Amino acid sequence: MSDILTTTVIVATIASGIRLATPFLLASLGEAIGQRSGVLNLGVDGVMLLGAFCSYYVVLETENIWLGVLTGIATGLIMGLFYAIITVPLRAEQGVSGIGIYLFGLGMSDLLFQKLVGTPLPIDQFEEWPVPVLSEIPIVGEMLFQHTPMVYIAFLLVPVVAFIINRTTFGLSVRAVGESPESADSLGVSVGKVRFATIMAGNSLAGLAGAALAIELGIFQQNLTNAMGFIAIALVYFGAWRAPGVMAGSLLFGMIGAIVLQAKTLGLIPRAWSDIAAMAPAIITILALIIVANRFRQPAALTKPYVRGD
Amino acid sequence: MKKMSLKKLAIAAATAASLSVTAPSYADGMKVAIIAPSASNDLAFTQSIVDAVNTLKDEYKLEVAITDGTFIVDDAAAAIRSYAKEGYDVVIAHGSQYGGSLKEIAPDFPDTAFTWGTSADTFGLPNVSAYEAKSNQGGYVMGAMAGAMTKSNVIGVVGPIEVGDAKLYVDGFVDGAKANNADAQVNVNYIGSFGDVALSAEAGKAHIANGADVMSGTAQMVVGAVGAARSADVAWFGTQANQTKLGKKIVVASQVYKWEVVLRTIFDNAKAGKLGGDQHEITLENGGLVIEFNDKYPLDPAARAAGDAAIAGIIDGSIKLSH
Repeated sequence: MSDILTTTVIVATIASGIRLATPFLLASLGEAIGQRSGVLNLGVDGVMLLGAFCSYYVVLETENIWLGVLTGIATGLIMGLFYAIITVPLRAEQGVSGIGIYLFGLGMSDLLFQKLVGTPLPIDQFEEWPVPVLSEIPIVGEMLFQHTPMVYIAFLLVPVVAFIINRTTFGLSVRAVGESPESADSLGVSVGKVRFATIMAGNSLAGLAGAALAIELGIFQQNLTNAMGFIAIALVYFGAWRAPGVMAGSLLFGMIGAIVLQAKTLGLIPRAWSDIAAMAPAIITILALIIVANRFRQPAALTKPYVRGD
Repeated sequence: MKKMSLKKLAIAAATAASLSVTAPSYADGMKVAIIAPSASNDLAFTQSIVDAVNTLKDEYKLEVAITDGTFIVDDAAAAIRSYAKEGYDVVIAHGSQYGGSLKEIAPDFPDTAFTWGTSADTFGLPNVSAYEAKSNQGGYVMGAMAGAMTKSNVIGVVGPIEVGDAKLYVDGFVDGAKANNADAQVNVNYIGSFGDVALSAEAGKAHIANGADVMSGTAQMVVGAVGAARSADVAWFGTQANQTKLGKKIVVASQVYKWEVVLRTIFDNAKAGKLGGDQHEITLENGGLVIEFNDKYPLDPAARAAGDAAIAGIIDGSIKLSH
């Protein structure tokens, strides 16, 4: 036990948990924005995959990481446009449409990878950006302020999203549309436009999450996300549709994963228990979800298409 | 009587005609199907079998079909059955997780040769053969070199789930490292997944944070750990396929599977009417396992010597492996 409680190990574990939480946080923040306006998007994982491949390919071809990041966001926007058209004016059932988006992203990312790249080739990865002054703080600096830029962006987005949802007119409209689209409509809020905007924003964050993953890893592979998008959706419920809650859920998931990894690396978890331990992040998150989610209720109009006069 | 004879003759002729249509005929080559869990170009497990079949394509006039990415066993089972129904001569189920499906499907298609791996179990079925890699041999060689190379005396290994080929490789690697450097601490991390690249990367970073200066790993998710090694300039030993492309500056050597060594026997057997019932393995001795070095890596001569000695020792039997 003393092995895992050394400063070096603790610092490495917490830094690892933060890194692991980052793609979940980006994707679940986006999903939370959409759900607050009443739109469930089960296609997050597909958007992440396509965003991951497109950004990977752009970095592979141009060696420009930031162009890759922008490509991931653009991919998310395009996927979001499709999903918004399907679910808002065409009023398709959100669950089934989301699964369609997921399958499209899964298949298309693999197809494009096979046709355009073939064998996995490494790309440039993000380098760490130590935050001036703060990164010099003993222990805390290394844990929190010596990360790649996508980590900072993801965590800085938490207060930004919380502010937009809770403190702006647009955020008020989002919440109104998610709770009672009829009332919002009667007050002159365009339900369709608000939902279009939240879907586009949410999908762009999913695309960004995919880009962050591919460039952080420096590689793309078939089904790279390994169902991260679905976990991100669960984390929205865990976080009670609030940005800080979503961040807490992402960190919980990432930290448990990091602790288990570190414990296995140090031989603190017997090999026979290794596979069971690997399930720990999911099990503990589900348990926490049961405890937390029951205390909050979901947006009343979630998954319900809006038709004026219905 | 004469009428009866003619009738019998007609039936016999029809039967023969029908047999000539349905019985396997390899004069114009063979139809071979591969069902595998990850991408055909994963630089790991799946690519090893695809490369092997492609190597034999001209020699055996093969018509090849591939269904890859079947992490879900039910999907793989549907593909196996489908290929058998379509009359493929040899169906290769490339994944130890496919055994249960094969056991159910193979008896329904007695004229199809099924082969699967990595395993030694043919379920007592006459049309199922099994193949496996003695990956602990290459693992031992890699471990021997890693033991000779490490300066921190900490070596990291990333594995998927502690079963089959992965366990064999990792066990061999640990044995080889310990045999050449008794002081070396080999930290093994089975992440519990064959597909989680992000977790594999973090496992690699955890090893590096704990002082590892040489690493290895197995299975298709290992590209993540190679990325972590690349970022930290930590030496990497690969297996299943040549992984030099993943890190030209850090990949020291790779154990490469040449499944064509056993596939040649399986195809010849099928041609001769023996559809299964036997086990095959690739080894350093039979050339099915090959250690390919990265010429660009400045390998310490002492480490190279340790590797060469391990190869020679395994082949001549002076090194006895525990598995």
